[in-house]
Amino acid sequence: MPLVMDGDRMSRALTRIAHEILERNRGLDEIALVGIRTRGVPLARRLARALHEINGDNVPTGALDITLYRDDLMRHPVGPQPVVRRTEIPFSIDNRKILLVDDVLYTGRTIRAALDALIDFGRPRAIQLIVLVDRGHRELPIKADYVGKNLPTSAKQSIQVRLQEIDGADEVILEESV
Amino acid sequence: MTPTEAPAAAALASRHLLGIAGLEAAEISLILDTAVAMKEIGGRAIKKVPTLRGRTVVNLFFEPSTRTRTSFEIAEKRLSADTLSIATATSSVTKGESLLDTVRNLEAMSPDMIVMRHASSGAPHLLARTCRSAIINAGDGMHEHPTQALLDAFTIREHKGRLAGLKIAIVGDLLHSRVLRSNVLLLNTMRAEVWACGPATLMPAGLDRFGVRATTSVEAAVEGADVVMMLRIQHERMHGHFIPSVREYFSLFGLTPERMRRAAAGAIVMHPGPMNRGVEIDSEVADGPCSVILEQVANGVAVRMAVLYLLSGRDADGALDEH
Repeated sequence: MPLVMDGDRMSRALTRIAHEILERNRGLDEIALVGIRTRGVPLARRLARALHEINGDNVPTGALDITLYRDDLMRHPVGPQPVVRRTEIPFSIDNRKILLVDDVLYTGRTIRAALDALIDFGRPRAIQLIVLVDRGHRELPIKADYVGKNLPTSAKQSIQVRLQEIDGADEVILEESV
Repeated sequence: MTPTEAPAAAALASRHLLGIAGLEAAEISLILDTAVAMKEIGGRAIKKVPTLRGRTVVNLFFEPSTRTRTSFEIAEKRLSADTLSIATATSSVTKGESLLDTVRNLEAMSPDMIVMRHASSGAPHLLARTCRSAIINAGDGMHEHPTQALLDAFTIREHKGRLAGLKIAIVGDLLHSRVLRSNVLLLNTMRAEVWACGPATLMPAGLDRFGVRATTSVEAAVEGADVVMMLRIQHERMHGHFIPSVREYFSLFGLTPERMRRAAAGAIVMHPGPMNRGVEIDSEVADGPCSVILEQVANGVAVRMAVLYLLSGRDADGALDEH
């Protein structure tokens, strides 16, 4: 199991992304971070902390569960339904720039669902996408604005992102699955 | 998020929801946890998610109902299902069609789910044996009303953070109440302490074998209770003389502010509705600070959304595919 990113490199990547956010957005007044459940949420919180350390601003942070918007939910009417968790966006997204955060960008279908979900909350001025790892193999016309690491993979491989808050360790692992 | 007591199951074992009987604690936790997520949708500007797009749900009500039918309809619409509500007064049931024939005809139009209320106990169970659609029991005779018990549990959990170990007093017409039966089954499964109180004439025989402390003293039932749940005096099911008069019933069993003072600090008052003010409950209590009666109604939508969502992922054989 090759380790593609350890805790050090992960935190450097997030700090770099925080600087890029500042560079591209001239001030943080109209910005909010929204993490996609599960692992996008702690990543969004870490970015909010990093932004606070750099220039002292507090960026509002929310959590988005996209389960009810998945495009495969009712296509296979067999099997247990995925667990639905709470969406928590305790601020208005109208006219804000929303920075959507996820751990891995793969087919793009999760992000499609997240865009639909976000639009139901209001009309943001812009939505930008932040991912820790972009592994390729897009099935939809979706592209990340900030990427922690580009990682060319084969469709047979799988990427495991593990985070301290959920898994007890910070690492990204590339697995050869069957 | 409300803390879970029993860890939630991954899925419901049955493709129907016919009653609380047969549900494991972990399945109840799954429904209640899912309802927490569903409740948030009701607070949005756009109260709708696309989850059940293209699914058809038929609401088949053979008994009058405003609250439950409306609640199911709103839940279905919030999940984007196509819905159709049939009340018996306007259906061919009045022309003498049998229950099975009515449902077979509906099935020919391939609905995915049927939500059903019927005056006969066991009617949804009969349909579940013959139908391709998933059946949700919205109340069958004096038997069960599972979504009511689930929304009651959800409301209690929101206020108390748990169900296990709470003292819950259920007071009123115990004999005719499907709400009582479903609640007792659910609260026992979740390890709450249930007290049931009512006049001896409205108390079913062998209630204590249900795992319930039965009493005719409302004071004993309410003493130290965390939750006081009042049941409606069901005039429409009283084909005999069970109580001498409404006034006497209120003086012996009605929930008054004085009686409520015996309950534990922070106790809540619940009622499945529709309320008979001045019969089972004093208006001062019903509209008072302890009352969560309107919250129950609001939570009903979230709980029914959870049930509809969790039951929607099944095929007609009810098989669970591991993948």
